[in-house]
Amino acid sequence: MKLKLVVLSAVVALVMSCGNDGKKDGTQQTEENKEAAVVDPMQDKGIGPVTSITLGEIDDALVVEGQKLFEVKCTACHKIGKRFVGPDLTGITGRRTSEWIMNMILNPDEMVQKNEAAKKLLAEYLSPMANQSLTEPEARAILEYFRTLKVE
Amino acid sequence: MKTIFKSLIAITITSLFFIGCGNNDSKQNGALSSNAAEKVYVAPGEHDEFYAFISGGFSGQLAVYGLPSGRLFKVIPVFSVDAEKAYGFNEETKPMLNTSHGFVPWDDSHHPDISQTAGELDGRWVFINGNNTPRIAKIDLTTFETTEIIEIPNSAGNHSSSFVTENTEYVVAGTRFSVPYPQRDMPINEYKGNFKGALTFISVDPKDGAMDIKFQLMMPGFNYDLSHPGRGKSHGWFFFTTYNTEEANSLLEVNASQNDKDFIAAINWKKIEEYVNKGGGKKAPTNYAHNVYDEHTHTATSTMKKEVLIVNPMDVPGAIYFLPTPKSPHGCDVDPSGEYIIGSGKLAAELTAHSFTKMLAAIEGKKFDGEAYGIPILKYEDILGGVVKQPGLGPLHTEFDGKGNAYTTFFISSEVVKWKLGTWEVIDRKPTYYSVGHLMIPGGNSRKPFGKYVLAMNKITKDRYLPTGPEVTQSAQLYDITGEKMELLLDFPTIGEPHYAAGIPASIIKERSKKIYKLEDNKHKYVAKSEADSKVVRNGNEVHIYMTMIRSHFSPDNIEGVQVGDKVYFHVTNLEQDYDVPHGIAIIGANTSELLIMPGQTETFIWEPKQVGVWPFYCTDFCSALHQEMQGYVRVSPKGSKVPLTFTLDGDPVGAK
Repeated sequence: MKLKLVVLSAVVALVMSCGNDGKKDGTQQTEENKEAAVVDPMQDKGIGPVTSITLGEIDDALVVEGQKLFEVKCTACHKIGKRFVGPDLTGITGRRTSEWIMNMILNPDEMVQKNEAAKKLLAEYLSPMANQSLTEPEARAILEYFRTLKVE
Repeated sequence: MKTIFKSLIAITITSLFFIGCGNNDSKQNGALSSNAAEKVYVAPGEHDEFYAFISGGFSGQLAVYGLPSGRLFKVIPVFSVDAEKAYGFNEETKPMLNTSHGFVPWDDSHHPDISQTAGELDGRWVFINGNNTPRIAKIDLTTFETTEIIEIPNSAGNHSSSFVTENTEYVVAGTRFSVPYPQRDMPINEYKGNFKGALTFISVDPKDGAMDIKFQLMMPGFNYDLSHPGRGKSHGWFFFTTYNTEEANSLLEVNASQNDKDFIAAINWKKIEEYVNKGGGKKAPTNYAHNVYDEHTHTATSTMKKEVLIVNPMDVPGAIYFLPTPKSPHGCDVDPSGEYIIGSGKLAAELTAHSFTKMLAAIEGKKFDGEAYGIPILKYEDILGGVVKQPGLGPLHTEFDGKGNAYTTFFISSEVVKWKLGTWEVIDRKPTYYSVGHLMIPGGNSRKPFGKYVLAMNKITKDRYLPTGPEVTQSAQLYDITGEKMELLLDFPTIGEPHYAAGIPASIIKERSKKIYKLEDNKHKYVAKSEADSKVVRNGNEVHIYMTMIRSHFSPDNIEGVQVGDKVYFHVTNLEQDYDVPHGIAIIGANTSELLIMPGQTETFIWEPKQVGVWPFYCTDFCSALHQEMQGYVRVSPKGSKVPLTFTLDGDPVGAK
């Protein structure tokens, strides 16, 4: 009887060991749980290609370029001074880090899946932030334009 | 007892281990039936190794499959309208199907061939012929869209097409039916000597692939069945099988099977090209359509061409010879070295391989066996490279694996036969289910075949799949050809009817596959590149709506001031710039199909409202969690109504910031 039990458990172990995908999911789960801790939005750089931005004086030429890009690529969902499909972006640079803003523009799919703040926004607005295939310099120009949108 | 139990347990564990743990080492499995399944199994999320472009036959289209899985990825509309993709329905693609006979919404597509550089597949374009109203189409393999269609004048039953030379200098279109040239009202029974068979050489611009008819060779009135280019040593020549050298015009199944031998026509196109470049040939009046789709305007234009250069074979001596080939040859295939030209006599008991080297020697030595309409017939014995004896019944087509083997299909005996070039011995034969036509090895008609699989395309399916009424699925079968013997791996259904196919390693194409159209490159006449540009413009009874779409709304989505009797153009731009986010649009009562618009693209449909009311339109391609919210209304007032033209989104005029 004892032998039978041993054999049975050996078989079970063998069969189990064939599919070990379950393990990975487990580790991912804990990582996500860690992220769930509340983060100060002005410390949250988001997830994406932009890790560090240093801001200087506002560059007027860059603002003009950013505004043009914004009007073509973003205004279908974002209006300034009004909640539309997406949030009102007035004063955005006072609420989010420069890095977070650019990563949300450049890497929205991953952001709305993994970044807590972005996940909350998706839950609130329901339409996912669209990836408009902008380049990093283009996103930087849009950020410069955002810096001029101060809350009055 | 205990020992028996122990060993039983041991056996159980061992077998469990092998069954349970996936068959990483196929050798250990030996001839287990799961072996074939493994070889065609492409795990979820994994990619196939090869693309197969399989002709859609009487569907008029070209279908894209993965090999070895046999999974269908896309049906590319080519010669037939396709409501799913609005091809031939939207205003942009209607000109693609224009011909000298007007708009023709259907054709019979047969022989895809992938462009080549130095005799190897380069994966830039795939060409395919329309058989019925003679046309050649070009599909761009960055977008997998039909971007050019050229009609072939003076031709009928465009069957010995659309094969490319080894640097894609030309794509060739040969006529199956000979017809009066020029077309005229004449008695049918005066066919003999009066009908002509046009072989058309279409030049392909190496930069952008633009097609242009360079010349038409006006051959004797035989049926030109299939063709393939010379390669390597025979580059510069093209070979066409002929049947009905009897020039019968009725009951061909009897009357065109009289001659013991018909011909393979060997055409030295380089020589004719030289002649033409020096001003040779005669410009003749004609009328044919040349349709080009521009990726930047997202719009096709159709131009009627009025002239074609005709070359009379008699005017270029030494450029054309006939190679006698037994019994109404069908397939005409050239081996990777360019030495052997295989003619498959449909009614012959053996397979004929002509030798290119011997052909040149016979020409040099003037080993002629008379002439036909002034074209020298070479002596059969002097050009024969070899004969495959008793290979099967009803040989049709041959492809090559690049390792010295050839694979020929036999329609009547329903099998694929592997044989050796040079020794002509049969190595293996495997049945097909049933009645195979063409076969395809990726690159199997180039200098560099990828000899891993052969795909057999069958004419009859019968009992192989669940029945679906009198009309059953079309089908193809995949064989592993890496070993000495072939092994049947997979049956898979195809769209109808799979004639020929062209296969290519996915790695050559997939990195270049376009993901989106850039909005900034969109030069469509009615594009709206942002919501600020969306608007509605009235011009008499024409109303042009410049509409945009993005997840998940239209702009504008409320339109008033349209009247019964108006012709309303919906010019719709998809503002998305992300991969795999198309949107669709349709409105109630439109006498046309939906639009399916890729990111960055603009398409147009026309709606002529016949009833007063408020009519909804909506997105037809599930695009986001709020797809069901992606909708709008058009208010239609009686003719002459005073309702002003307005167009809004969220209550504001569109374009408000």
